[in-house]
Amino acid sequence: MIPAAFDYVEVDSAEAAIAALGQHGDEAKLMAGGHSLLPLMKFRLASPSVVIDIGRIADLSYINDAGDHVAIGALTKHRAVETNELLKSQVPMLAHVASQVGDPSVRHRGTIGGSIAHGDPASDLPAALLALGGSVVAKGPNGDRVIPAADLFTGFLETAVASDEMLTEIRVPKAAGAGWSYQKFNRRAQDWASVGVAAVRNNGASGVALVNMGPTPVVATAVQDALASGADVEAAAALAADGMSPPDDLNGDPAYRAHLAQVLVKRALTEAAA
Amino acid sequence: MTVMGTPRLRKEDPKLLTGENKFVDDIHVPGELWMGMVRSPMAHARVTSVDTSVAAGMDGVHAVYTGAELNDMGLWAAPLPCAWPVTDDMVNPPHYPVAAEEVHHVGEIVAVVLADTRYGAVDAAEVVEVEYEPLPVVPSIAAARDGDAVAHSDLDSNKAYHWPLIPDPDALEAAFASATHTIKAEFEQQRLIPAAMEPRGVLAVPSPAGGDVTLYSATQVPHILKVMIAATTGLSESKLRIVAPAVGGGFGAKLNVNPDELLSVTLANKLGRAIRWTETRSEAAFSTHQGRGQLQTIELAADGDGKLTGVRVHLDADMGAYMMLITPGVPLLGSFLYTGVYDVPAFGFTCDGYFTNLTPTDAYRGAGRPEASYAIERAMDLLANEVGVGPDEIRRRNYLAGGGHFENLETASTLVFDSGHYSPNLDAALELSGYDQLRAEQAKRRADGDTKHLGIGLCTYVEICGLAPSRALGGLNYGAGGWEHATVRFLPTGKVEVVSGSTPHGQGHETAWSMIVADKLGVDPDDVTVLHSDTAISPLGLDTYGSRSLSVGGVAIAVACDKVIDKAREIAAHQLEANPDDLDFEAGTFAVKGSPDKTMPIQAVAFGAFTAHDLPDGMEPNLQEQVTWDPPNFAFPFGSHVAVVEVDEETGGVELLDYTAIDDCGNQVNPLIVEGQVHGGIVQGVAQALWEGASYDADGNCRNPSLLDYLVPSAAEVPNMKLGSTTTPSTSNPLGVKGVGEAGTIGSAAAVINAVCDALSPMGITDMPMPASPATVWNAIQQAKNNNENGGGQ
Ligand SMILES: Cc1cc2nc3c(=O)[nH]c(=O)nc-3n(C[C@H](O)[C@H](O)[C@H](O)COP(=O)(O)OP(=O)(O)OC[C@H]3O[C@@H](n4cnc5c(N)ncnc54)[C@H](O)[C@@H]3O)c2cc1C
Repeated sequence: MIPAAFDYVEVDSAEAAIAALGQHGDEAKLMAGGHSLLPLMKFRLASPSVVIDIGRIADLSYINDAGDHVAIGALTKHRAVETNELLKSQVPMLAHVASQVGDPSVRHRGTIGGSIAHGDPASDLPAALLALGGSVVAKGPNGDRVIPAADLFTGFLETAVASDEMLTEIRVPKAAGAGWSYQKFNRRAQDWASVGVAAVRNNGASGVALVNMGPTPVVATAVQDALASGADVEAAAALAADGMSPPDDLNGDPAYRAHLAQVLVKRALTEAAA
Repeated sequence: MTVMGTPRLRKEDPKLLTGENKFVDDIHVPGELWMGMVRSPMAHARVTSVDTSVAAGMDGVHAVYTGAELNDMGLWAAPLPCAWPVTDDMVNPPHYPVAAEEVHHVGEIVAVVLADTRYGAVDAAEVVEVEYEPLPVVPSIAAARDGDAVAHSDLDSNKAYHWPLIPDPDALEAAFASATHTIKAEFEQQRLIPAAMEPRGVLAVPSPAGGDVTLYSATQVPHILKVMIAATTGLSESKLRIVAPAVGGGFGAKLNVNPDELLSVTLANKLGRAIRWTETRSEAAFSTHQGRGQLQTIELAADGDGKLTGVRVHLDADMGAYMMLITPGVPLLGSFLYTGVYDVPAFGFTCDGYFTNLTPTDAYRGAGRPEASYAIERAMDLLANEVGVGPDEIRRRNYLAGGGHFENLETASTLVFDSGHYSPNLDAALELSGYDQLRAEQAKRRADGDTKHLGIGLCTYVEICGLAPSRALGGLNYGAGGWEHATVRFLPTGKVEVVSGSTPHGQGHETAWSMIVADKLGVDPDDVTVLHSDTAISPLGLDTYGSRSLSVGGVAIAVACDKVIDKAREIAAHQLEANPDDLDFEAGTFAVKGSPDKTMPIQAVAFGAFTAHDLPDGMEPNLQEQVTWDPPNFAFPFGSHVAVVEVDEETGGVELLDYTAIDDCGNQVNPLIVEGQVHGGIVQGVAQALWEGASYDADGNCRNPSLLDYLVPSAAEVPNMKLGSTTTPSTSNPLGVKGVGEAGTIGSAAAVINAVCDALSPMGITDMPMPASPATVWNAIQQAKNNNENGGGQ
């Protein structure tokens, strides 16, 4: 619980953060809420020699109506997402999922950008973004680019956001009338999910994504395809673990997690249809 | 005046809530050096080389010592102590603060860094290069018993001792031979990692004049520590002062003599610099002792009505890598309670202690007694099923004294229970829990084929506390007595000062002791100051563990108050010119019988004792008395707990829906403190049932050494508990008190697992390993379904 020595740089804009990343290269890490990065550093699983604190960039904390979607600044805290009226009416699942992250102190520190950029398969918000068909904006030395959520999560704790880029905005399509459900199965209230399911059903289209069922936050493609070709909830849910490689830990072995995914997908699809 | 028995907010709380308390880690002195521990990543290995050169050359590093170097420095007069050699031939491998040749568990210290800062100490420890030659690992108690590997390469077996308690072997044999029903069950008490809110920590400060060392330690046992540090280091007891400042919980884990305590004292003494260390959470999982760790086999013999005729128990107990302060004795503390609250004519108990290559075990809340009540209370449910009666009925049929009131009753396990009255206690629990409605709801769910199964679990426990009559401890080969010391003195201003040998670490002694004194002396509880936990202020004491503080230390205070009153009566009689027998003492005032105007408040008597101008001939000045109380017997609190769970057949998830506890701890001093103790205790037992358990791989690595994976529950996981009490005063002390620090933990694990098994009983499930995680429960359900299908097909 004692991190190795590091230098600390505080920046006040995304541009300054990107300049600092350019200067320090791979040795540097951005820090937003610090609630994933600092535990890794305290266990000495990560030892960046420079920590670039982006947590105080004020103009990257916002939730705006952008026509067909809602735009969320990367440094918006989970608590703000959880309580935001625009999200509650236009993308209620995202507000609900934010309310399921950790405990109140975590939600007052952790940011949506940090949660997405960290790409932890056990985290709640990445799966929600996948199920909602959202995207993110990455800013780099050469400007901004938009990355669809489906292309974002590339490996264990790895994303398509390059090491000289910073994630600045999260975009979620409005889905006011859509059916949705978030099923988080964990052992204590503040824990990450053993398995989780985010499901959205909107005019016949379905988005289903899974938490902690493989090395990345992952879309349940087999379930989505089955639903698209007319399968009922029961039959689609039975495919929940197809193509997945769930982890083996004290919360369950892969067989148990596969079963749990089926149960939770069924519950999620049933709730989303209701 | 009656302050005792009324709920009263704790004096301790404002300082805790405002962060004013100073814990060890908050105390700093100039020139202090931090220790950084180099710990073995191997569970069993020979240390072939330790290269400290890089670390020693780092900025801010003062010194780096290997185990061999420390041995050569002559710091140790003896190995770390084990105060409880349970048998004469018990094996006790030498255990020094820093390993020199062979390591026996992950986390054992192999070198110590001293540096200017905590960060510097950890950085330097990381670059000490140690080479290990791996040795075969004993990663579990079953491997210790059945496997070929030995945990200490110079021993030829892992067995540490065999301890029997079979008062009448022939009677036991006969009971099983003639039984109508027999039950045999095996349970595993998994290892638990104590997780007190404040981790352990030390600060050793040498006196500027040299020769003396003050140790601030997050300990439950400053007095015991002083004796043991003197014995292991050869430093004079007179040169040691031990202070336990504010201590944030202990639960047994701070009842020990640890390498860091010995290292800090000896190095501070040698170098003339203050030495400190605070463990990290992950370090605590390796270096601070753990609880439980037993494989239990329990057998019941009963007649056709389910009346018990015999109980036979065998334990294989996991000592871990070494014997710590009372490691081998912990299972024995439970041995006497495997007959529970029941009238058992014949009893036998044996325990084999084994070494493993895991962190040592030792006392953890309940220490041996939660294990005992778990085994007998789980087995009673199995007997109820076998006989075909309800879990409440099987208990009633077997209660001591038929469930009626009794005093001083001898049991088959050779104890004399001070008092008990079990039937009304169970009645109250069933009533408060709504037992009949719960059973009706359960029947309805079953009839509806609900996949959310309701389970109701009972536990009617008894525990042994008030440790302990010194002679009884002598009979068990324990290396100390069980008395407690107290001083009560009036100050010239009329305020009262109490010096307590019991040392609180969160319980609320200051409040409780003030209430006892207030009642006895007729003073305001706020006029009482309680001094404790500093051997310079309170030189005599045996500290806090085993639910002993009130029934031994609190009683010492009450008896000291009586002596103060006796002396004050002499003085008041002298000054009021009356016969001492003619004085009434009430609400703090002496009054001459029949002369209502001739009175004297005790504060005035105290001032008179201080000035000593007019005392009876030959009387010593001052109003102050000391008492060392050695209890004539233990105390045996009891209670009935009812747990209600819902088991989701589809996920295996267990939710604790409701919890009722009716505890009987004799007379209560402060019902608010009792309630707090019961709340925390219950959650700790529920935690063992549902969430906690140190898990090890085949190489002896802990798989869950951080609070990320080691699931200590929070308030969010437990329902509002329904608490109540009955009061059966103890006959073991003049206050009629028993003790309640461990009661909740002793009752709750069995209640919860009984409830889980009750929920799933229609599937034929009769047991569930702890912790009953969703995956474990789901797997058990699948297995039961398979069995049922296969059974049906034959
Ligand atoms: C006790 C506890 C419980 C938790 N429980 C849950 C839970 O139940 N569910 C859950 O989903 N999460 C949980 N979390 C994680 C929490 O939500 C984190 O806050 C979140 O995952 C990371 O957000 P952050 O702002 O703290 O990121 P940081 O920790 O600051 O950063 C995380 C990583 O992302 C990178 N990063 C951060 N921001 C950006 C950016 N804008 N652009 C590019 N890279 C960036 C950092 O360099 C770092 O590698 C928990 C955390 C704790 C401590």
